[in-house]
Amino acid sequence: MALIEARNLSKSFGAIRAVADVSLSVDRGEVVGFLGPNGAGKSTTMKLLAGHLRPDAGSARIAGHDVSSEPVEAKRQLGYSPEGAPAYGEMTVREFLRFAADLRGLDAPAERVRETLATCHLTDVAGQAVDTLSKGYRMRVGFAQATLHDPAALILDEPTDGLDPNQKHEVRRILAGMAERKAVIVSTHLLEEVEALCTRVILIARGEIRCDETPKSLLARFPGKRMDEIFRHLTA
Amino acid sequence: MRAFRAILAREFLGYFRTPLAYVFLAVFNAFAVSLAFFVGSFYESGVANLDRFFLYHPWLWAFLAPAAGARLWAEERRQGTLELLLTWPVTVWQAALGKFLAAWLFLAAALAMTLPMVATVAWLGDPDLGTIACGYLGSLLCGGACLGVAAVCSALTRSQVIAFVTGFLACFILVIVGYGVLDSLLAGAVPPERLGDVARLGLWRNLEPFTLGLLDLRPLTYFLSVALAGLGLSTLLIERR
Repeated sequence: MALIEARNLSKSFGAIRAVADVSLSVDRGEVVGFLGPNGAGKSTTMKLLAGHLRPDAGSARIAGHDVSSEPVEAKRQLGYSPEGAPAYGEMTVREFLRFAADLRGLDAPAERVRETLATCHLTDVAGQAVDTLSKGYRMRVGFAQATLHDPAALILDEPTDGLDPNQKHEVRRILAGMAERKAVIVSTHLLEEVEALCTRVILIARGEIRCDETPKSLLARFPGKRMDEIFRHLTA
Repeated sequence: MRAFRAILAREFLGYFRTPLAYVFLAVFNAFAVSLAFFVGSFYESGVANLDRFFLYHPWLWAFLAPAAGARLWAEERRQGTLELLLTWPVTVWQAALGKFLAAWLFLAAALAMTLPMVATVAWLGDPDLGTIACGYLGSLLCGGACLGVAAVCSALTRSQVIAFVTGFLACFILVIVGYGVLDSLLAGAVPPERLGDVARLGLWRNLEPFTLGLLDLRPLTYFLSVALAGLGLSTLLIERR
């Protein structure tokens, strides 16, 4: 069974068609790199999958639960970090994660928070207000919030945006460590991230999927071309 | 239930994480007491009751309930946390109810800080404590009604300032209709014998019976309906965002 599934999802904002008939399916052990130019519909597709937006047509399922008709069950199985990793800025990192744990109804919440703080290297700043953190730490707080409940499905909207190379490496390392137990979708503008981390590439432009295959087969289709050249070719 | 409790606690304590709570409590108490003493001639009246204290509460709530309620949804939108909250496994209704009750509880805390007024009248004379308790209940319900209006205004925008100003304007109208200020404006649209009914939609007309110690069903229903309608409408606005 696919852990993340979209069937013919469509969404328009006024006259703008943000997502047009998108279907995809992600199984356990897959890390899908979600690529596309700005405004291509990546974030909208992720919001539809996470149940933040309602589709005009089509459906989304997380671990077999329809996001529209069984939202609470679907959201229990999902970890989602929106673009920019929003968080309640006036709370400390520990309070924020504890709040998330309570909302998710986790058993032994204090222990889960402690483990997650350690995994995401946030223990040192656990007592600091989120607003006072640097961007690197804030992004990790978003990541921590999304993985707190060890979800089967993980959707991360630009989790490495604005991080320095060391921090990017660190996020990728953590993600790679948990990838084989989960279905993951990561949106990114970093093509090297796709090659380093992803088992599959989905490229979206103008709300439509332009390709859905492994990075290897994509590179093989355009012999001698680099990933950025292929990206330009497919999205122009 | 645990999620609801967590939201309630976060929202309530959230007021105290910013200077807003302290400014709010100070302003509310300063105005509540000074309006009663200096404008209402509370001391000179020589009567041991709190009529002149409650008289100004619709004005206080019209100003301060939108101040406390402005952040309910506008702040979540601005910070982007609405997207988080609504992709966590809670229903919009759970979140909305937790937030609303936390804000109402905060208003109740502000009101509770005026309890020394009761001690003052008890020291000066022999007041009817039942009537005073009834007045406090009415005031709290009046605050809840203003908060309902504020919640709707907050759900419509990502700016706390706009939420506050529109909320204040809406509550302000609810205050002044009760004083017949709009009568000349409404004269053409409403038959003269119905103008009294329009005034009954004002906050003071509904608070007055409480301050006289009357626990009447009509004003009780009025305040609760405005509060619940505001809660319901704001929740629908968020749900259909």
